[in-house]
Amino acid sequence: MEITIQETVFFILAAVIVGCSILSVVTRRILRAATYLLFVLFATAGIYFQLNYSFLGAVQLTVYAGGIIVLYVFSILLTSTDVKMRAAKLKNSKLFAGLVASLAGAAICVLITVTHSFGSYHLKGGELHVNDIGQALMGTGRYQYLLPFELISVLLLACIVGGILIARKR
Amino acid sequence: MEIRLEYYLIISTIMLFAGIYGFITRRNLLAVLISVELMLNSVDINFAAFNRYLFPDAMEGFFFALFAIGVSAAETAVAIAITINIYRNIRNIQVHHLDTMKH
Repeated sequence: MEITIQETVFFILAAVIVGCSILSVVTRRILRAATYLLFVLFATAGIYFQLNYSFLGAVQLTVYAGGIIVLYVFSILLTSTDVKMRAAKLKNSKLFAGLVASLAGAAICVLITVTHSFGSYHLKGGELHVNDIGQALMGTGRYQYLLPFELISVLLLACIVGGILIARKR
Repeated sequence: MEIRLEYYLIISTIMLFAGIYGFITRRNLLAVLISVELMLNSVDINFAAFNRYLFPDAMEGFFFALFAIGVSAAETAVAIAITINIYRNIRNIQVHHLDTMKH
């Protein structure tokens, strides 16, 4: 049994995702939580690259790692919660209840995933061409996505207006 | 040894339930938002993996992941604007202090 470079990359990415996503919810300092979230998002982009969805990986890198994390870091520093964060202590019973609930849910989901048979599948390699993505995104026919695309653009416009309205000085 | 579809699903399950744990136990609005990001991101992995493994000729999962990224970016921007506004008003974003609208 030999391990190819594809599998090595996948298992490194999997270890980073699992470790950093758990660390980002158990660490007590919120700036560190944001940093671990950044690592998780990077590794997710790596998963997309490894699945041959380069466009999705690039979108993930630019939108999440480039945009959202910067927003988070700015708002954490603006609200300066990192100092007060450790003062807020949670009751042990609630912590225990959350731990039990999430562990039980994860165990059930993993059990169902492992025992379920997905039928025979074959991983077809090959890159999804950006030309095809653009044609499907801009078409109005069957399996084409012009309407959701326009809906997203209206949503983003509403989001800009709402953000300005909420955050402006009065 | 090949990379099976179940491996992706297990990774995203662990990520989803880490997010749920954080959503329940964290007491800071920004930390709760970070947990929500973890949950959204795990679902995107599922969409991409299902599309690549089970329906390699279709593109539905790809586009759902793409649109989910856009929606979550919009959600984060508005939520952070609200958080900063709350901080400006009551100088605190711990969730047990956010009770001024209660009666």
